[in-house]
Amino acid sequence: MSWCCCNSVCTSSSRQLLATSDLSSIPSRVSNAGLKQKRSLRGVPKVFAYYGLKTPPYKLDALEPYMSQKMLEVHWGEHHCGYVEALNKQLEKNDMLYGCTMDELIKVTYNNGNPLPEFGVAAQVWNHDFFWESMKPGGGDMPKLGLLQLIEKDFGSFTNFKEKFIEAALTLFGSGWIWLVLNREEKRLAIIKTSNAVNPLVWNDIPLIGLDLWEHAYYLDYKNDKANYVNVFMNHLVSWDAALGRMARAQAFVNLGEPKIPVA
Amino acid sequence: MALRTIITKRTLAGALGFRQQHRSVQTFSLPDLPYDYGALEPAITGEIMQLHHQKHHQTYITNYNKALEQLHEAITKGDTPTVAKLQSAIKFNGGGHINHSVFWKNLAPVRDGGGEPPKGSLGSAIDIHFGSIEAVIQNMNAEGAALQGSGWVWLGMDKELKRLVIEITSNQDPLVIKGPNLVPLLGIDVWEHAYYLQYKNVKPDYLKNIWKVMNWKYASEVYEKECR
Repeated sequence: MSWCCCNSVCTSSSRQLLATSDLSSIPSRVSNAGLKQKRSLRGVPKVFAYYGLKTPPYKLDALEPYMSQKMLEVHWGEHHCGYVEALNKQLEKNDMLYGCTMDELIKVTYNNGNPLPEFGVAAQVWNHDFFWESMKPGGGDMPKLGLLQLIEKDFGSFTNFKEKFIEAALTLFGSGWIWLVLNREEKRLAIIKTSNAVNPLVWNDIPLIGLDLWEHAYYLDYKNDKANYVNVFMNHLVSWDAALGRMARAQAFVNLGEPKIPVA
Repeated sequence: MALRTIITKRTLAGALGFRQQHRSVQTFSLPDLPYDYGALEPAITGEIMQLHHQKHHQTYITNYNKALEQLHEAITKGDTPTVAKLQSAIKFNGGGHINHSVFWKNLAPVRDGGGEPPKGSLGSAIDIHFGSIEAVIQNMNAEGAALQGSGWVWLGMDKELKRLVIEITSNQDPLVIKGPNLVPLLGIDVWEHAYYLQYKNVKPDYLKNIWKVMNWKYASEVYEKECR
């Protein structure tokens, strides 16, 4: 069985490729050797930007026995890869969306609730990048430092938060995602359910943890036992380190107004 | 204890001079499959059929019954916020029950006619309306493949206008959500649980193969009944 959506290895490299205009902001680890160049009739090079498939920050067998290598191979190598390929194909046709960062692309294609066709795939690319990074081998346990304090402030206790998160996951109808976000306006943490590809970026909130509840995210390992999957995620997979990092970054954008709460 | 309460209520109501109706809520149960779990192989594996029927469909029924019980209580107490809150659970779980009940009937093993194209009035109606069975299949498969998330693809008929339609519904919305006069003739479950263990993310293969076990006989029966 081909392990990628296309017959050969996924053509997108593991780095995100940027449009020419963004060259100055390329972080040093990404080379611009990956940019494609086409010469138009007038001899001026036209650059096409494509999105790449990011690899998860761990090997595909690193989450065993909680998430099998087999399932990750299909989830990342087929579904996620497929979304990236589909996005690149759709962007080929639509000049207007070129040059957007992924975040911008999602907001623009969400179109205030009337999503454009590119929204589904774009958001799913972002969602899955976020999901892999929301987990880690040896995950679970509890958040620390400022994040724990914030959770305790906004949910009463970590146990209460965990209960609410799991309850939200089990009462989501259909495909979707569960998020722990920092609500920008209310300046507090919240648990959010979204359907299909929607994510909290469209409401300008800052996601800290994301959990994939499409059936493909757990069916091979857990079949219909969604409750087991969600509990395992909370107890053994969720990366509170990642959440802490995202929280620290969020504080550059949201003034929580509580000088007593250090994040790190 | 419950019996005593009912008697007390009735007595009190009688004394106050008005009648109080006491209805019990109908509970639903899992319908049997008209064939063995493995009978639809190789189009759909026995493992999927068993999980789909015994776990997924059963869960919808269990939760539907629970929601109806809670609704009954809320109505009796005049608790409007709870009545309103329960609507989505009722639509989801009730819809799941209806949809899957139809689904088991619109599939059949090959030896029982699964995959055999319809003759009679449904066959003619399809030719008139869509041109050919192949066109219906292509159309429904395209809709199914394009559906993002969870949902169903339906071949239905409008019993008022006596017309065939192809519709998709999302999550567990029954076909009637798309039109009060719509009756399902054939449904294809495109929730991932319906095919994932066998086809993984290759949904188009599932959509291609399910037609080999499609029970056109059932569809024709429903069509003829609604046409009378």
